[in-house]
Amino acid sequence: MSLNLVVGHGGLFQFHHGVFYGVGAYTVALMLKKTLLPMWAGFIAGPIVAAMIGLIIGWLCVRLNRLYFGMLQISLGSLIWVIVFRWYSFTGGDDGIPGIPMPSLLSSLKNSYYFILIILVICLIIMYLILKSPFGNTLQAIRDNPQRCEAIGINVKRHQLIAIVIATFFAGIAGVLFVALERCVFTDLLFWTFSLEIFIMCLLGGWFTFAGPILGAAIMVALRTFVGIFTEYWTLVLGIILILIIFFLPEGVMGYFEKIFKPRTREEAEGGNR
Amino acid sequence: MLQVDSVVKSFDDFKAVNGANLAVGKGEIVAVIGPNGAGKTTLFNLITGALKRDKGRIIFKGEDIGVLPPYEICKKGISRSYQIVNIFPRLTVFKNVQVAVLSHQRRSTNLFRPAQDIAVEETRSILESVGLSDKEKSIAGALSHGDQKILEIAIALGNEPELLILDEPTAGMSPEETSATMELVKRLAQMRGLTILFCEHDMDIVFSVAQSIMVMHQGRTLVQGKPEEVRNNPFVQEAYLGVE
Repeated sequence: MSLNLVVGHGGLFQFHHGVFYGVGAYTVALMLKKTLLPMWAGFIAGPIVAAMIGLIIGWLCVRLNRLYFGMLQISLGSLIWVIVFRWYSFTGGDDGIPGIPMPSLLSSLKNSYYFILIILVICLIIMYLILKSPFGNTLQAIRDNPQRCEAIGINVKRHQLIAIVIATFFAGIAGVLFVALERCVFTDLLFWTFSLEIFIMCLLGGWFTFAGPILGAAIMVALRTFVGIFTEYWTLVLGIILILIIFFLPEGVMGYFEKIFKPRTREEAEGGNR
Repeated sequence: MLQVDSVVKSFDDFKAVNGANLAVGKGEIVAVIGPNGAGKTTLFNLITGALKRDKGRIIFKGEDIGVLPPYEICKKGISRSYQIVNIFPRLTVFKNVQVAVLSHQRRSTNLFRPAQDIAVEETRSILESVGLSDKEKSIAGALSHGDQKILEIAIALGNEPELLILDEPTAGMSPEETSATMELVKRLAQMRGLTILFCEHDMDIVFSVAQSIMVMHQGRTLVQGKPEEVRNNPFVQEAYLGVE
């Protein structure tokens, strides 16, 4: 969802969004494992550290345009992955950090499920409000036409940077939730294939829509679960579906549904006005 | 109000603007004419900061704006429309204008108030003044070319400019649309006390609307003066009007 904030609504090629998810997860994991700070401090620090890394990487990246933005981001993101991967003494390297202590409140699967659900709903509401705010509108205008935005007095790069910081903050929250559920972290969270996976989720669901990425994620997880039973090459099926979607539903599944239903409601509304 | 002094802009070896001079007084309607490739659009891009000049000065209200980025220049009170339609095609007509109004009110970084409640009146009044009220819910990309050109002007008005720069506002329009648009421009100038700088190929329009005309040729200013002076100028007749 947070990725789609920058990709679908901001028009930025945020290719390595997974890094911020990983940073959020590692932050909370390290804080709970290596310090005696209370749990909530780690939960708050996760998104904040992710947003700070987002600010630094974003600050460097918004200087470049489109594809170059994406390339630089992959490189900088991979740099963070390498650091975490190699720094055995601090991050555990490729062993990751297993067995992160969780408070009793989140000890059962059911409790952590509801915890995640509540946080998710809160985050979705906040993101929805942001998209409907003046900032959200401006961001979509920048996606459509950055040059014109400059001409109407909008500092495009500053708005893009704010969007990146917001998106990476939410990615950090997602990372924290991952730790709350799985109680472990590993370097794959920061690897670029994971970023690709969430990018595909946005593509599948439809990037210009709000709920698209959720649907995309559902499709992807369903494929992995159900097709994965029959063959380990479930990604082959995913690839074929992705090709079909790019050819026939370029705006994603959700985008397609919106297209079908929206014109009708608009006509009705106009009919009502007459 | 605006003073352009021997401005030069080259692209590699090609001098697109090579010593252009222009004076625009407050409340005036000034036209820039010249054959294709004379450097009119480049000159506009220099004034609005989309391009940076190599030499010369661009003074707006006593300040050299030649070094500022486009969004700063816009905040000083210069807005523009484009020759080729340059709107936000995925947004509604209303939002196209609202984004400009929000930017002008410095509220575009407001995160937590629904945009649908903000700057609504200002946006509606602009749409009404250009005659697009009934289309405010349409997606901008789906409008007719003529309406998109009008929307183009409406977006520029969102910043409540003092100086409005119109780059061929009637390009690609039918004769009826053209005269309606120029009427609109004149009316807007009066209503909002705008200063207008525009370029246009239709000489009838230029000589009927403009109070001052600047003639460009190969990046240079040939002359600037009242329509009558320009019409009778031997250089202009030879270089431009004579060709027609």
